[in-house]
Amino acid sequence: MAFVHIVKPGLQTTIQDEGRWGLQSRGVPVAGPMDPSSYRVANALVRNDRNQATFEITLIGPEVEFEDERLVAVAGAEFALSLDGVDVPPNAAFVAGAGSRLRFGARVRGSRAYLAIAGGLAVTPVMGSRATHLVSRLGGLEGRALTAGDRLPLGDMNRAQTGRRNPRPVSGAHLIGVTGPHAHVRLLPGPQRDYFSSDALDVLQSAPYSISKDSDRMGFRLEGPLLRHVRGADIISDATPLGVLQVPASGQPVLLMADRQTTGGYPKVATVITADIGIAGQLGPGDTISFSMCTPRDAFAALIAQERALTALEAAAAS
Amino acid sequence: MPQHRTHDFRIVTAGDSAVVVEFAECIEAEVNGRVVALAEMIDTERIAGVRDVVPTFRSVAIYFDPLRTDFDRLSERLERAAADARPAPTIAREPIRIPVSYGGAAGPDLEEVARYAGMTEAEVITLHAAPVYRVYMLGFVPGFAYMGTVDPRIAAPRRSTPRLRVPSGSVGIAGGQTGIYPSETPGGWQLVGRTPLKPFDPSRAEPFLLKAGDSVQFYPTTPATV
Repeated sequence: MAFVHIVKPGLQTTIQDEGRWGLQSRGVPVAGPMDPSSYRVANALVRNDRNQATFEITLIGPEVEFEDERLVAVAGAEFALSLDGVDVPPNAAFVAGAGSRLRFGARVRGSRAYLAIAGGLAVTPVMGSRATHLVSRLGGLEGRALTAGDRLPLGDMNRAQTGRRNPRPVSGAHLIGVTGPHAHVRLLPGPQRDYFSSDALDVLQSAPYSISKDSDRMGFRLEGPLLRHVRGADIISDATPLGVLQVPASGQPVLLMADRQTTGGYPKVATVITADIGIAGQLGPGDTISFSMCTPRDAFAALIAQERALTALEAAAAS
Repeated sequence: MPQHRTHDFRIVTAGDSAVVVEFAECIEAEVNGRVVALAEMIDTERIAGVRDVVPTFRSVAIYFDPLRTDFDRLSERLERAAADARPAPTIAREPIRIPVSYGGAAGPDLEEVARYAGMTEAEVITLHAAPVYRVYMLGFVPGFAYMGTVDPRIAAPRRSTPRLRVPSGSVGIAGGQTGIYPSETPGGWQLVGRTPLKPFDPSRAEPFLLKAGDSVQFYPTTPATV
């Protein structure tokens, strides 16, 4: 079995797959990529299945060494990338030779990049998933962010990966929702819209919110126009979906992200549409986010368009 | 937000990939019984596109893949299922018995709960171990079960300053609720004892000790502290 070695870990590099679904009834958070689209692009470019485990890289990238020759790709946040000192492109696949080192340099824009390696990261799944959940120390490698000296086993390559070494000249750049320090996402109202004043959705759309420094994979604390409760700031605890804006008594919303707890006791005013989750996932502390309401039809149309583009990329990269 | 109000429940959307069936806005065994029954029905049906089913005190959230099913199709099925959901008989199963070492280092807040209740620590233990509790839901961290209802005489509120580290296995009280910390986490519940059982162990074939709808009874393993 071949391994990839962590020479330098970067700021917070974790292992993620599509997430640990099906156990939220037992309090197990889903985890998974903060930017699901970029994650899927990275896997597509190296002809992996869409659920194979990749690295999620946060703000400062790692340096890794490959034991054997592999097709690799980095998608999402844009970094200067070099392989043994030679520049390699983002959002496209390239071959990393045995013993080669991939180094992440300066970050250009975005917060999270996905490094996919043909065969995927083959750490032992925990309850059906390899996704790392940092707070409950589950999945990935010992449930933690990677450190220098870690060795991660790689999965066997499929025929599309061993048969033709050279990658297709395919780019995933058009699918990457990295917008720089300001992003705009679309919302649907609810599930507890009725806990807020009648102008709450207007307030939410009136000005951008900034992402506070107390923001992580669990959620982004937002600072901006105050939302006003009309039925108190407590509900009987219920489920907390990805991308929901929960609002504690302070009136400042918290955007719940990949590592959120499964349930919560604050009312939730609105929810980011699935197609725009990755755009939010590229933001970091100090960045800003603005919101606009949309309709369920808009949300579905956006998701269909995204799915078609991702499927087309998967087909093009595999052909 | 589409809603259906033809019954004593409503179905609301939570974004484009979750629906929530909400029953009466209260924490009661009868209501939670319907929640658990509905969640089990949906699990059993294995509906295409459903990714996760989350029963809570008074609602069931259903997470789905919008590319494989949609709100209208799903809510039609949920509406029928929710109308049919009846609580399982309460004495269907023997309660799961959980040994607890009360007081001392294992239960550093037992003294405070006794002071709150105006009774001895031994009396608090007797009252905590007497009822058969219902597991209403799991949440907070993997395997954490919210159980009730604690005897009102010992239903001490949360600590004003939460502890940064609560040892795993700690048994706590927060108002009418009681629970076991499955892992070392921060926590504000009043700690009355500790159990050697692990509510969550991902290396076990069955990682979870409890699920929503279970019955639980605690029993003291050491003589009541004086």
